[in-house]
Amino acid sequence: MAEKMAIAKAINESLRKALESDPKVLIMGEDVGKLGGVFRVTDGLQKDFGEERVIDTPLAESGIVGTAIGLALRGYRPVVEIQFDGFVFPAYDQIVTQLAKMHARALGKIKLPVVVRIPYGGGIGAVEHHSESPEALFAHVAGLKVVSPSNASDAYWMMQQAIQSDDPVIFFEPKRRYWDKGEVNVEAIPDPLHKARVVREGTDLTLAAYGPMVKVCQEAAAAAEEEGKSLEVVDLRSMSPIDFDAVQASVEKTRRLVVVHEAPVFLGTGAEIAARITERCFYHLEAPVLRVGGYHAPYPPARLEEEYLPGLDRVLDAVDRSLAY
Amino acid sequence: MTVESTAARKPRRSAGTKSAAAKRTSPGAKKSPSTTGAEHELIQLLTPDGRRVKNPEYDAYVADITPEELRGLYRDMVLSRRFDAEATSLQRQGELGLWASMLGQEAAQIGSGRATRDDDYVFPTYREHGVAWCRGVDPTNLLGMFRGVNNGGWDPNSNNFHLYTIVIGSQTLHATGYAMGIAKDGADSAVIAYFGDGASSQGDVAESFTFSAVYNAPVVFFCQNNQWAISEPTEKQTRVPLYQRAQGYGFPGVRVDGNDVLACLAVTKWALERARRGEGPTLVEAFTYRMGAHTTSDDPTKYRADEEREAWEAKDPILRLRTYLEASNHADEGFFAELEVESEALGRRVREVVRAMPDPDHFAIFENVYADGHALVDEERAQFAAYQASFTTEPDGGSAAGQGGN
Repeated sequence: MAEKMAIAKAINESLRKALESDPKVLIMGEDVGKLGGVFRVTDGLQKDFGEERVIDTPLAESGIVGTAIGLALRGYRPVVEIQFDGFVFPAYDQIVTQLAKMHARALGKIKLPVVVRIPYGGGIGAVEHHSESPEALFAHVAGLKVVSPSNASDAYWMMQQAIQSDDPVIFFEPKRRYWDKGEVNVEAIPDPLHKARVVREGTDLTLAAYGPMVKVCQEAAAAAEEEGKSLEVVDLRSMSPIDFDAVQASVEKTRRLVVVHEAPVFLGTGAEIAARITERCFYHLEAPVLRVGGYHAPYPPARLEEEYLPGLDRVLDAVDRSLAY
Repeated sequence: MTVESTAARKPRRSAGTKSAAAKRTSPGAKKSPSTTGAEHELIQLLTPDGRRVKNPEYDAYVADITPEELRGLYRDMVLSRRFDAEATSLQRQGELGLWASMLGQEAAQIGSGRATRDDDYVFPTYREHGVAWCRGVDPTNLLGMFRGVNNGGWDPNSNNFHLYTIVIGSQTLHATGYAMGIAKDGADSAVIAYFGDGASSQGDVAESFTFSAVYNAPVVFFCQNNQWAISEPTEKQTRVPLYQRAQGYGFPGVRVDGNDVLACLAVTKWALERARRGEGPTLVEAFTYRMGAHTTSDDPTKYRADEEREAWEAKDPILRLRTYLEASNHADEGFFAELEVESEALGRRVREVVRAMPDPDHFAIFENVYADGHALVDEERAQFAAYQASFTTEPDGGSAAGQGGN
């Protein structure tokens, strides 16, 4: 039964389903209750499930994640909201030194099914600390899973899977896509959480992206088609683990790869993919793996973000450079 | 090593410390910027020279304590001190990489630990060896992480005793969350979170106070103020006595003589019962002293005076209970002699177990990183296996160790 809904609504519906089906699921965060979150992703949930299930917390990110760990130890499955990407750092210690490692430290005897939701990325004209893409900082930490949906269907299903996971999941939500609508089949059998997906077939070059950049890459592929170039677009969906097999399969077909993300290129997700794919596909590649992303600079003020963020032209420029080899 | 040498040493000075009136400081009480405690009233039921003093508020919590239970508290303190001394020795002998001694804090830990019920949950820092003892954790399990064979090493749910937490203060939030869960479950269990005077400066401790107060969580914050955060005295952490911090968060804070096992037991029982009744969190500051180094890595002679330690030796928690047991005829020589034998046996067992502790299997690196599995871990485990296997497939049939490496 497919229904068209925006990504924010799909996440809301997914959280609602999780609250309905498992009494141990809790929603926690700043303003998630009466207000429904600053992006209204949790709209109406407290009204229907009460303050004991949908919890407005004090304004203290370390406290939100730290108490969620304690609740998980007690058998709950907290889904916590960090209001904006740049606000996660007060909680970074709890996520990295505690949440990520506790299962291993306990020799597997305890599980930490905590989901940390982070609206991330730029493109909404926000002020400082409201537009960052820190996913590589989390993907680097063993013990965490890091995912990002790019469309409404994935937003719905990946949230279900993240909540059901016995591992902590950092769930990056592409905030500038919150209002993009797409088909959601709530009865479908979803792909596994860590599986990448080819969202557009092509033969000349592979574009790999996730979250907000998938749409940019799809638009770039459409534009390239008018110039007679056939680009394949792979939506990674998961940054930890990364489905290298899917990227490899695509690159073995197209022989060229450009990785696109909003986060700074230096030491980023694209660097890891470039290295791995070079190892795996050295004899298939016709060109070096190229990366398009943010610069080694603080996220700029809103009036400059169009220069900072990879857009159609920067992606196509990289495509041209790759094809020129 | 005898019980005398590990437990009930005679004080070098007269144990004539003033017996403070055992009454909780009221919110209107006189404030002082000093944090040293001399002028702040301690809840005390046993004086440093082993006399039982009355306390109208807290006597009730130990009123029904039997001589056998008193001997039990003494035994717990002696054995946990023996264990701690053994671990310190094992570190010096190179069997442990590090040890964080609890010497001097036995009363705070045994008193509070014995106040907990089986269904309560304990969140320790990394020095709660006496509390672990009370919870029934095999003490040798505590040594794995200090020997370097694991990073935790026990199932927290077996004894409701969470893993040691090294980042100071982090566990106070876990305790608060766990307590919030208890409240949601409608259970009447409680949680106790241990931390030190140094950790009181951490934001996580402040946030745990906020959360526990806002959600009325059944948690007892048990701060062992042992006067030193590695080399920094309590004055470097706070301008007000730590127990007074609770007032700003809207829950009670009390200061107990941390070298008085009876007072620690009574005050912690009181606080846990408050939590069970749904009256929310309590901060207990156990005013005590770390007799040894912060860990075996530091040298206390560089940062504190011998006189200070000597003054605290006069308040030894084990000696004062022994004096009381003897004066009240609750224990005879036979008891102390048997305990010495038991203490020696414990020391021997700890030595033997630690020395026999095997190094972990190489593949333990990849175990339990994720509950649901992870492709990268699988890939790297396979690479590691292939690399390891390469040592055993040398043409000359060389063994694994020391051959074929690069």
